[in-house]
Amino acid sequence: MKEKFNITTSTCVPLPLENVDTDQIIPARFLKATTKEGFGDNLFRDWRFDKQGNPIPSFVLNNPTYSGKILVAGKNFGSGSSREHAAWAVAGYGFRIVVSSFFADIFKNNALNNFVLPVVVSEEFLAELFTSINANPKTEVEVDLPNQTITNKATGNSEHFQINAYKKHCLMNGLDDIDYLLSNKDKIEAWENK
Amino acid sequence: MNTLFDKIWDAHVVSTVEDGPTQLYIDRLFCHEVTSPQAFSGMRDRGLKCFRPEKIFCMPDHNIPTLNQDKPIEDPVSRTQVDELKKNATDFGLAYFGMGHKKNGIIHVVGPENGLTLPGMTIVCGDSHTSTHGAMGAIAFGIGTSEVEMVMASQCVLQSRPMTMRITVDGKLSKGVTAKDMALYIISKMTTGGATGYFVEYAGEAVRDLTMEGRLTLCNLSIEMGARGGMIAPDEKTIEYIKGREYAPKGEAWDAAVAYWNTLKSDADAVFDKEITFKAEDIEPMVTYGTNPGMGMGITSSIPAVESVPEAGRISYAKSLEYMGFNAGESILGKKIDYVFLGSCTNGRIEDFRAFAAFVQGKKKAADVVAWLVPGSWGVDQQIREEGLDKILAEAGFELRQPGCSACLAMNEDKVPAGKYAVSTSNRNFEGRQGPGARTILASPLVAAAAAITGEITDPRVLMA
Repeated sequence: MKEKFNITTSTCVPLPLENVDTDQIIPARFLKATTKEGFGDNLFRDWRFDKQGNPIPSFVLNNPTYSGKILVAGKNFGSGSSREHAAWAVAGYGFRIVVSSFFADIFKNNALNNFVLPVVVSEEFLAELFTSINANPKTEVEVDLPNQTITNKATGNSEHFQINAYKKHCLMNGLDDIDYLLSNKDKIEAWENK
Repeated sequence: MNTLFDKIWDAHVVSTVEDGPTQLYIDRLFCHEVTSPQAFSGMRDRGLKCFRPEKIFCMPDHNIPTLNQDKPIEDPVSRTQVDELKKNATDFGLAYFGMGHKKNGIIHVVGPENGLTLPGMTIVCGDSHTSTHGAMGAIAFGIGTSEVEMVMASQCVLQSRPMTMRITVDGKLSKGVTAKDMALYIISKMTTGGATGYFVEYAGEAVRDLTMEGRLTLCNLSIEMGARGGMIAPDEKTIEYIKGREYAPKGEAWDAAVAYWNTLKSDADAVFDKEITFKAEDIEPMVTYGTNPGMGMGITSSIPAVESVPEAGRISYAKSLEYMGFNAGESILGKKIDYVFLGSCTNGRIEDFRAFAAFVQGKKKAADVVAWLVPGSWGVDQQIREEGLDKILAEAGFELRQPGCSACLAMNEDKVPAGKYAVSTSNRNFEGRQGPGARTILASPLVAAAAAITGEITDPRVLMA
């Protein structure tokens, strides 16, 4: 999962629903695993499969028209439970980027810790993206992490997106927070002794 | 000119990464069985020991059955996850309150009840409802499993400093209106992402008037409007609640702690990034009609029209009502219900059982309603029996089950069947939350009690008159 980030260009999978909570991304009954593997198979399980386990044709992940490394979702993606399993499911399925106009805090952190980049765009940009993908499912989007820009290749429109400089450094260099914290133990002990 | 949040946060800053997050020292890590296994594996893979094992407390709660806790868990997958927590706690030298232990229960009930949660602390757990502990005047928030591993490894997390918001509720709550209604009312006004990016301090007369347990309920639900956490300044009530609890400071340490706790309040001239005020008298008993906690309304109101929802949200809104089997514009008073759940880290405390028992005393449970009454901990169970509430409940046709998270998220056997309606005192009405296809109406213990008696959505104030 620690694949370094640079510039990613991909087609997109659209999910124009708001307030997609982490219980939908990965339902609780799949949280009993004790490893990080296999969650991609159950991403959006109850929207994706019926009770018998057959794919529901109307759900976007079952529609072969749409594919790609970028999930484009409605406002307030990843609300609810703090389960990191949701990020493992998104990453495990093969998404590297999630685009939305708004993310829930804990999901955003969990995604970054698993090298999935949450890109926050304006509501206008998001609406235009849905329109472009709707008109042409092969619409490509370019996410340029070094320059922090996202471009809708169908219209040529671009937006700048925010990311914490430290997190950007981690994503581009394949580093994680524990590496940093472990290099900093003297400061922790100094804090404890003050 | 600091807020309560600023005072506690600033006191815990170890360092700040250049252009990056704060390295925050954590006083207490709670671990349950669902979000910790991969963190322990990560520790083993790196060959690490816990940096401060004495600050970490482990207890299984999500997978715990509510019957036959003296026997092994029947579901082999649940049993494996619980067994793994026990093994991990043992291997890493951490406190472990296993199934059936007198201190077992839901982490967010057990912490405050045992004095493990104290004012001024920073508290984290791989669980979004960690916000509960903020009621004691702590900074408490939910984290992901990678962050659980960070705390195990270093007793610190890297966090961006959130913005601060104060939500003031002026005036007095009306009869039949509880802390749960206050929380659901605030979330319905704020919407489910309305406090994202903020840490909330609750203030005002109606908040101060809440009991400690009411405050725990209010802070518990902060995450449901997206807030990183909620908190309430400690006062005499807080100090009285903590005194004498097992892990609370004793003797001279107690006096020093109380002196410190008394400084933990926002300064009169403290500036918040956002201030919001509500009136307590505007709040009536609340119910949710949709599939997120922000979709709530007063029990006598009607479900909003689709046209009242901004356009980008209409697909989700229609999907939500279809899932619930409700129509825009209708009232849900009088709707038949199938299940009632009293419990969870939101409403599984002794006061919730007192309120429910007082309401049903002398009445009878509706024959076709299945009621799951699940204490939040064995400590709560013991109090229920000491106060004779179990007998009142039994006479009204209710049976008490054994403690755990239970039907709040249905990771154990307590699942609401597809299509059935449950009035639940828990925290989430998401699609499938209480079992695939289950339809959840969030409400207070009083609304739940009224529904359990009549078998339909009923305004509890009518039966209290």
